[in-house]
Amino acid sequence: MSDSQNHWARYDLWDERHLSLDRFAVEDPENGFCASASPHDPKPTLVIENGRIVEMDGVLASEFDMIDEFIARHYFDLTIAEEAMSIDSRKFAHMLVDVNVPRERLVKLSAGMTPAKLADVLGHLSTLELAFANSKLRCRRQPSNQAHVTNAKDDPVQMAADAATAALYGFDEIETTVRVASNGRTNAIACAVGAAVVRDGILVQCSLEEAEELRIALAGFTSYTETMSVYGTEESFIDGDDTPWSKAFLTAVYASRGLKARCTSGSSAELLMGFHEGKSMLYLEARCVCLQRAMGVQGTQNGGIDGAPLTSSVPRGGWELLAENVLAALLDLECASGNDTRHSESEIRVGAKIMPYLMSGTDFICSGFGSIAKYDNSFNASLFNAEEMEDFLALQREYQVEGGLQHVAEDQLMAARARAIEAISAVLETLTSARLTDAQKRSILYAHGSDETHSFLPGEVSKMNAALLERNVTFVDVVQALAARGFTTEATRLLSMARQRVTGDYLQTAAIIRDGRVISAVNDPNRYRGPGTGYVLTEERRQAINRMRREVSKRDVLDGEGAAGQQDSRHWQIKAKGTAEPGQDPREVVIGISPGFGIRLHKTTGGVPLYRVLSALMEGIRERGGRPRVVRMHHTADTSFLGLTAARLSGSGVGIGIQGKGTTVIHRHDQAPHMNLELFSQAPLIGEADYRAIGGNAARYALGQSPTPVTISYRGQALGARFHVQTAMLYAIETSMIESEQDPEELEVEFYDRR
Amino acid sequence: MTGDERPDNPAGASYPVGEKSAERLRTRHGHPLRELTLDNLLAGQVIASDFAITAGGLRLQAAIAEQAGRPNLAQNLRRGAELVVIPDNVLLDVYELLRPGRAKSEDELRATARQLRDTYGAKETASLLEEAALVYERRGVFQRRF
Repeated sequence: MSDSQNHWARYDLWDERHLSLDRFAVEDPENGFCASASPHDPKPTLVIENGRIVEMDGVLASEFDMIDEFIARHYFDLTIAEEAMSIDSRKFAHMLVDVNVPRERLVKLSAGMTPAKLADVLGHLSTLELAFANSKLRCRRQPSNQAHVTNAKDDPVQMAADAATAALYGFDEIETTVRVASNGRTNAIACAVGAAVVRDGILVQCSLEEAEELRIALAGFTSYTETMSVYGTEESFIDGDDTPWSKAFLTAVYASRGLKARCTSGSSAELLMGFHEGKSMLYLEARCVCLQRAMGVQGTQNGGIDGAPLTSSVPRGGWELLAENVLAALLDLECASGNDTRHSESEIRVGAKIMPYLMSGTDFICSGFGSIAKYDNSFNASLFNAEEMEDFLALQREYQVEGGLQHVAEDQLMAARARAIEAISAVLETLTSARLTDAQKRSILYAHGSDETHSFLPGEVSKMNAALLERNVTFVDVVQALAARGFTTEATRLLSMARQRVTGDYLQTAAIIRDGRVISAVNDPNRYRGPGTGYVLTEERRQAINRMRREVSKRDVLDGEGAAGQQDSRHWQIKAKGTAEPGQDPREVVIGISPGFGIRLHKTTGGVPLYRVLSALMEGIRERGGRPRVVRMHHTADTSFLGLTAARLSGSGVGIGIQGKGTTVIHRHDQAPHMNLELFSQAPLIGEADYRAIGGNAARYALGQSPTPVTISYRGQALGARFHVQTAMLYAIETSMIESEQDPEELEVEFYDRR
Repeated sequence: MTGDERPDNPAGASYPVGEKSAERLRTRHGHPLRELTLDNLLAGQVIASDFAITAGGLRLQAAIAEQAGRPNLAQNLRRGAELVVIPDNVLLDVYELLRPGRAKSEDELRATARQLRDTYGAKETASLLEEAALVYERRGVFQRRF
């Protein structure tokens, strides 16, 4: 520290952390920075006269804005409204977390509650209770997940490979969008073809300007939409260039074309647009979701969405985002529960944010998990991205929760990517003048993101789109192109998706398609009623969730040790010389090695070969005037007892105990077993020079000196996370070799070539 | 009770329709769903528009939604059924007209509603437009935006 330091040095450290890039807003209801219960939120009221609503949430019908008006006209079940509004909000909050109150009852009552009432109810729940309520209220029993598949070049070939990748990892929906407005067709075709390489039934969306999005859907390339934004204040709605009626009409238009549709809403949208009326985020969102149910859309994408970073900046922001999703579920809307925007630079905040969702499950955990590189995400980075995919898998595995994803074996992955590249190339070559070299294809096959590819650039992609538009290409042309080039499976799968549209089965609430079967809230409703009910992982699914890329088994450890052992055998030889007797030499230091040392175990967890460890210890002893003697213990593998037994056999009364994994102790014959002279428990950190120093110190104790203890440098690594799996397995190998009746054995150690 | 155990809806179709009641549906050109195969498509026996949803299919889904306790969704699907026959460009024009400031008066929306009702029999959708006309007037949505 310099003399000029004038503040706590820890602030400097904190300022270097990613969290320091996040901003935190002071709660300020006047200016819209208020998660819930703003003083400007209305008190819940509902006055009905002659079957007509004359007042709602403190506003007379004559003063209704468009949102009030639409809700008043289309939202309510008036047969239950009086009962619902009269239930004490806290009592209803209790009912939400009571497993004995069925979901159907709550959904029915919610249709009699005003936005202010609903916001008031949710305000009584803690984060834990929200998550629990969500596990009960969400629509579909089977949770699912949605992927973003985009890239910075709008390159359809990479997009197809990445869509296949997303399909393999388990996503049921793929959402894409463009960098260049005219590139929608190739994006949509690439995602559909890539997904079809893996399975049928993946719903694809291409988020674009409404009319263009509809045209691409009509050509049969996409099957859902989720970008119908609604807002919680009238002025925001108007600035968004829509009204509740235009959106309700558009919702019916999508249905008429057989497209699954969700609305989008989320807190902070009104704040960002400057029309928040001083109302809380949750109250405004309650208006949004009521409006959505009133419009008759089957579901919503809510939970902040693009506004999530702003919501997260206010106190109770994370709670509010979850509350929005619970509200959607209570209103019986399919909920794609946000988690599609990076709300923080802090990985801790990211991991924490996803947990309640993973615990409760939602219809789509992320309304866009960034399945591609962050920089390739044309929607901006998601909460989780390709970079963090394995972190997500680890969370699923660790808590046995369903996030919709699973590990994919490398050979399976590469085969699917390769086929997707060939399939989309066949389509593009048939329908446009595009041509790809093998080198270009290869660059995509192995690429993490578009920085590494040498494929198409946006300008070339625009030309392809012009050609597709010119030819008025539909899914039929794509199916024909695939079939003509031998991709019959993919052609059949695309056709199977097209056939699903005819029945409209996936227009029902919360529909996904698995194994060619539509699964929705109609035929797979969530009926969670406590432990063992609702969605329970099957054994097959549990096994899938448990797979990770770097799983280590005892066999892997043994195989690794075996290989190391073979390699090391030319460096040394250990010969057994019969039972070890107590030594007489006062300069003697006995090194007691464990049962598996150099037999089944060959390197420390720090990676140092055991012959070099032993050699360093012996040299260290000699350098300081001691005389090393090596003895193998068979009756114990415990460091302390190895050391104490060695000390008691040693002429000097000082001994060293060492395990095959490298943990070492210096012991003296007259000490209690766990009261040693020096213990080196952090084996992964101990280097060859340290072992030499340990040997040296042991010799100095033997000679009656008081050496400075050897210190091993530790910089705060999570040693448990890095090494405990291996450590536990290595130690289990040693303990399995224990022969409790067998005496310590004298060894003769010979080193052949040493550096 | 699973969805499979539910009593049949008034329309008498089991859900998913494609799986359990496919015989109740025909494509726009009268083909049963089982004829929507790759071979038939490649042979030109069925065409792209055979893969579009039908008004009948939507009404069936509306009945299923109603039965499942989702009256609003059912209503939307019924509106959708009305719009099946209406050409894309007409729908996009109506949508455009409903956006803020596009229509200049109630009359414009009412005229469009009449057209939808008279030309296409889209009663539910026409009512939605007439309702919008009333509310837009009261809330000043007809004023010019750009």
